[in-house]
Amino acid sequence: MLDPGILFAGVLNGLLAGGIYVLVAVGLTLIYGVLHIINFAHGSLLMLAMYAVFFLWRLSGLDPYAALPIVIGAAFVFGYLLYRLVIGRLSHGRDENILLITLGVSIVVDNVALLLFGGDTQTVTTPYASAFVRLGDAFLPLPKIISFVAALLVCAVLGVFLARSDTGKAIRAVARERQGARLVGIDVDNIFALSYGIGIACLGAAACLLMPTYYVTPSSGHAFVLVAFTIVVLGGMGSFAGAAIGGLIIGVVESLGGLLLGEQLGQIGISAIFILILLLKPSGLFGARQ
Amino acid sequence: MDQQRSIPISRRAVLAGGTALATGALASPAIVRAQPAPVKVGLIHPVTGFVAYNGQQSRLGATMAIDDVNKAGGVKAMGGAKLEALLGDSQSKVEVGVSEVEKMHEQGVAAYIGCFQSPVGIAASQAAAKYNTPFLIDVGASDLLVTRGLKNVFRLKPGFGVCVDQGMAALDTLNKGANNVAKSAVIVHESGEFGTGTAKLLSGKLPSIGIQVKEVISHDNPTRNFDNIALRIRSVAPDLVMMSNYQNEYVLLARTLFQQKVNLAGFYSFLGGGFNYKFVKEMPDVSQYMMDTNHWFNPKSEKAQALKKRVEATKVLFTYELYLSYSVVMLLADALEHAGSADNEKLLAALSASTFKAELMPYGPTRFVNGQNQGGRAMTLQSLKGDIEVIAPAEFASAKAVFPRPKFT
Repeated sequence: MLDPGILFAGVLNGLLAGGIYVLVAVGLTLIYGVLHIINFAHGSLLMLAMYAVFFLWRLSGLDPYAALPIVIGAAFVFGYLLYRLVIGRLSHGRDENILLITLGVSIVVDNVALLLFGGDTQTVTTPYASAFVRLGDAFLPLPKIISFVAALLVCAVLGVFLARSDTGKAIRAVARERQGARLVGIDVDNIFALSYGIGIACLGAAACLLMPTYYVTPSSGHAFVLVAFTIVVLGGMGSFAGAAIGGLIIGVVESLGGLLLGEQLGQIGISAIFILILLLKPSGLFGARQ
Repeated sequence: MDQQRSIPISRRAVLAGGTALATGALASPAIVRAQPAPVKVGLIHPVTGFVAYNGQQSRLGATMAIDDVNKAGGVKAMGGAKLEALLGDSQSKVEVGVSEVEKMHEQGVAAYIGCFQSPVGIAASQAAAKYNTPFLIDVGASDLLVTRGLKNVFRLKPGFGVCVDQGMAALDTLNKGANNVAKSAVIVHESGEFGTGTAKLLSGKLPSIGIQVKEVISHDNPTRNFDNIALRIRSVAPDLVMMSNYQNEYVLLARTLFQQKVNLAGFYSFLGGGFNYKFVKEMPDVSQYMMDTNHWFNPKSEKAQALKKRVEATKVLFTYELYLSYSVVMLLADALEHAGSADNEKLLAALSASTFKAELMPYGPTRFVNGQNQGGRAMTLQSLKGDIEVIAPAEFASAKAVFPRPKFT
């Protein structure tokens, strides 16, 4: 039996890790949950955003947190144009085409990154990288605490944006009834592109908040994709509160699983939750019934 | 009865043919002088996938060596035959490595070099054995590579068995010199053939030098988060953490242990994937006092220093993959000189009898037993003030080890 202090520290570590998962899952929630686009390019685009953060830091010394507005803005524009010029144009609005095109984008982006940046591990070193807060047995790295708080803020901001703004309402209308939205004058294609852009902007935020504690290589985005899909399903398609709660649950399950069952076997907890939620509540914790 | 048939040839045709022959001879003197056929060398490395960096470094080292051999006149015993690289990407996948072997066999490859990851090397060299084609392991730690009785497999560098033995001896000397401050260890390793095999050897051998193994922790590639492992290590409170993993996980684990201020007498890795110049220069605080037993060039070799300068001038790191692959190409070139042929049997015989001196490496003359070079040796290194110093063996040492490391305050 593990010491309660260690379990407590494990829960806190899991929550902080979950904060990072939430950040990655929020964009996917919007794209996958609301617009029903299975974005296989999610990990690759996260990796691109991480390289953007890295090069901003390397070339201009810009701190990853200070780079947030630049990277978020650039990621939005990139996502918007990617949808307009590639995904929307080539898919002709068909879901199965989108699936294949995003997979293709993923392969192209990964290999272009490898060609341009090489396969080396790149990290950002910040003066606060080693700062931590001690709570009992837990040593909580300051950058992870910041990521945790920021993740919840991003979720809250997105939730309010979707609930209150005209664009947010249009996104929800398109998500619920595409044809109906078109009939009332909503430019559905534009909403798709905007939503995709916002989803990728979330990855931009995630990249800025990840880099002080993580590394980037051309394949590093993939480490987060499966866990992000699990969170979206667990939380409920399109629910930002669900993504937040789901992300934290997955973080804690992974952490405690690792402590109790060993680092490798502990990963089984994520798969177990995924299967359980599909069996017991396919709409997810906060998902609306179709 | 002979029948002669006359073929009418016009004057114009004779003139045109003569001109074409003369032009061809002038434009292609090589045809006239009978340039020897190039010797095809199959390079199979993971240049994409999660260890792409290591594979790219190996490919670079091998192609640099091929260029150097060709610039120096090719294989003289074969009339100056040039080496020609066939480039293969294993993508970190066993089946792809094997398919590259088959593809290159169709292209008439004389020898293979590869594969970085042991499982890929094991399968690929097995496939090459079908054709009795030499397979030279440049990087690949598992001793299984050279214990299967295959006559076509040769490894210049020491495997992890030897590296562990030599690293263990260095650690024992270090620990005795520090009044046996280290009495316990936790082993953290990646879950593949390399990490698991090394961890198994360590678990068996550490007690013989008075160090108890408190826990063995394996992790996947990639691992997103090492906080839990740091927590377990702190709860177990060992004197040493011993690591065997690839670059990404090595760096992330080291960084996490530093961020979580895990106090230890020392971090000691075996063939630490991330222990290189980039790591110690970019993270001097994290890497400070970390130790590693690894493949290392001979710091006293002028050729090694010259190659290091040449490589670093192109902003590329002088990592072990690069100079091991370079050295293996030179071993092959030396064997071709002795064989005077790229014929499989002759080349295998030349490799088996090789007394090649790997000038870049701190090795004695090559002597293969069951394909494993007996002259290979590893070095024990320590990161000190943003640089890598050799701390053992004594004859190559460039600095005195700092052990135990100062505690975090």
